[in-house]
Amino acid sequence: MPHRVLHFTATALLLMATWLIWSGHYVFLINTYGVLSVIAVVALGVRLGVVDEEGQPFRLLPRMLLYLPWITWEIVKANWDVAKAIVSPGMPIHQRLVRVKASQKTDLGQVLYANSITITPGTVSLDVRDNTILVHALTQGSYEGLLTGEMDKKVAWLEGEG
Amino acid sequence: MALALDILSWIFLLSGATFAIIAGIGVLRFPDVYTRSHAAGLGDTLATLLVILGLLLQSPDWMVAVKLIMVLAFVWFTSPISGHALVKAAYAHGVKIDCEEEDAVSH
Repeated sequence: MPHRVLHFTATALLLMATWLIWSGHYVFLINTYGVLSVIAVVALGVRLGVVDEEGQPFRLLPRMLLYLPWITWEIVKANWDVAKAIVSPGMPIHQRLVRVKASQKTDLGQVLYANSITITPGTVSLDVRDNTILVHALTQGSYEGLLTGEMDKKVAWLEGEG
Repeated sequence: MALALDILSWIFLLSGATFAIIAGIGVLRFPDVYTRSHAAGLGDTLATLLVILGLLLQSPDWMVAVKLIMVLAFVWFTSPISGHALVKAAYAHGVKIDCEEEDAVSH
């Protein structure tokens, strides 16, 4: 199966690059440890069944470069919102529990959406099932932001053609 | 120039520290596990970002800079997973949420 060989090789190369970036000591002994570690980790990954397309979504990389600045700005805004709620004497929180649609086609896309919801403070995903996500929202602002569905669309765009 | 970078670096570090402290206050002030998880999220997201940005301005070479960016990436990829696991465990265990469930799927 050529796909398996491809994923295997890609994982090994990625791990080796990571080792080289982290190491900084480019001598034979240390690099040998690196190669041995990579082989061990890939072997464990194969046994776990995680060396596959989902484990290396290179396909998403170009759009991810555009998504990251957007989600970072969302995180900054959400932090400001929650920080205000924390330091306000009246602590203006308004908890909501709401089930929203996850229109992504792949599991990976829905995981990205659920994690994007969780990483923006003020909203946290509780449960993912049947193309919906159960979300706990902390403030009125985070609740309304969630219902616009903007993030859902962005992640669906990021995911591209399933 | 070096002084300007140092000042900018300190602005990032101090604002990151401020957000970390606010996160701590939030964890103490908020009433239950769900609301507290939102407060804790401040420390994982913006506080970490600002501290890393501050440290990036202090990094002596590209290798340290790449490692700092990877630290940020690892924290940002893992913290929503641990946060989700935490609240899901609480929810599955029947820890009460102070509101009713709504359905917005039809929107």
